[in-house]
Amino acid sequence: MKKTGVIAARTAVLAAAAVMIAAGIFRGEVGIILHKAAMICFECIGIG
Amino acid sequence: MKISIAIKRKIIQVIALILMNPYIGNLKDGNLYKGSWKKFCSPGLNCYSCPAAGLSCPIGALQAVNGSIELKWSFYAIGLMCAFGILLGRAVCGFLCPFGLLQELLHKIPFPKKKLPFWPKLIKYGMLVVIVLMLPVIITNAAGMGEPFFCKFICPVGTIEGGIPLLITHQEIRSMAGALLAFKIVIAALIVIGCLIVSRFFCKVLCPLGAFYGFFNRISFVQLETDHTACTSCGKCSKVCPMDVNPSKNPNSMECIRCGKCIDQCEKGAIYFKNMI
Ligand code: SF4
Ligand code: SF4
Repeated sequence: MKKTGVIAARTAVLAAAAVMIAAGIFRGEVGIILHKAAMICFECIGIG
Repeated sequence: MKISIAIKRKIIQVIALILMNPYIGNLKDGNLYKGSWKKFCSPGLNCYSCPAAGLSCPIGALQAVNGSIELKWSFYAIGLMCAFGILLGRAVCGFLCPFGLLQELLHKIPFPKKKLPFWPKLIKYGMLVVIVLMLPVIITNAAGMGEPFFCKFICPVGTIEGGIPLLITHQEIRSMAGALLAFKIVIAALIVIGCLIVSRFFCKVLCPLGAFYGFFNRISFVQLETDHTACTSCGKCSKVCPMDVNPSKNPNSMECIRCGKCIDQCEKGAIYFKNMI
């Protein structure tokens, strides 16, 4: 890929990542993740 | 004295392991860290049910939100994974992932070694798209909640990092163990045997996170470059590659974990990490 194409792709992905992270925080996804991560995940350890 | 990339990489892998799992003391009584750092995802696969873990697992977090009743799609986890991917690509696998380090240690154990054909390496894309992204959204209970299918039926990291210490320390969890645990232990054991035989077996065949980061290898800030005027096509680089890549032909393959073994091996200096900006 040409250098300008790579720079454009990097910029676009970084911008999209920033928007998605902000959208996720705004929608309250972080609360769901913290709730799941702070308690034992029974699926992860093979219990239920 | 020039320090090889292999040594620098091992040091970084150990530091990353410690930073992602700073609560080693929790392994004694099997309590989990419950603080705010768990709002963030680690770049590599690292189970949040491991008592030592200080961050969330990106694949676990993604499925938790995709399977939730109201949200059904995790912009946050995918956004973080895109950010790690564009910055590092699969250098996350080579330098930061704790399970990658464990697989490398397992592969050092004397055991008959083999290479894989190409097709099993495609399975990980199915893991990512079907098992991680789609199933928690599509298969739901009466309340509309989906399960983290990858964590529940496949992930050996949860079984090894989370399951073993929690089963040892919690009698009440041991009393709940049944067919699912037996199934997960068999899967984890098969993956461990796979890693003894094939270098980075789990990364090559099953890891949805490695599959995701692979899409960024061509555009990430970490790039490998081959100087074709210096390369004599001796093939030494592809012989040492743990991911079966030929870096003299395809230095930014989706399979390359940026371990730098090919760079250390090339006497002509034909392979190198490119200026990253
Ligand atoms: S492929 Fe998966 S398990 Fe392997 S190093 Fe990358 S993130 Fe870790
Ligand atoms: S091509 Fe080189 S850097 Fe990439 S995985 Fe193979 S040996 Fe490691």
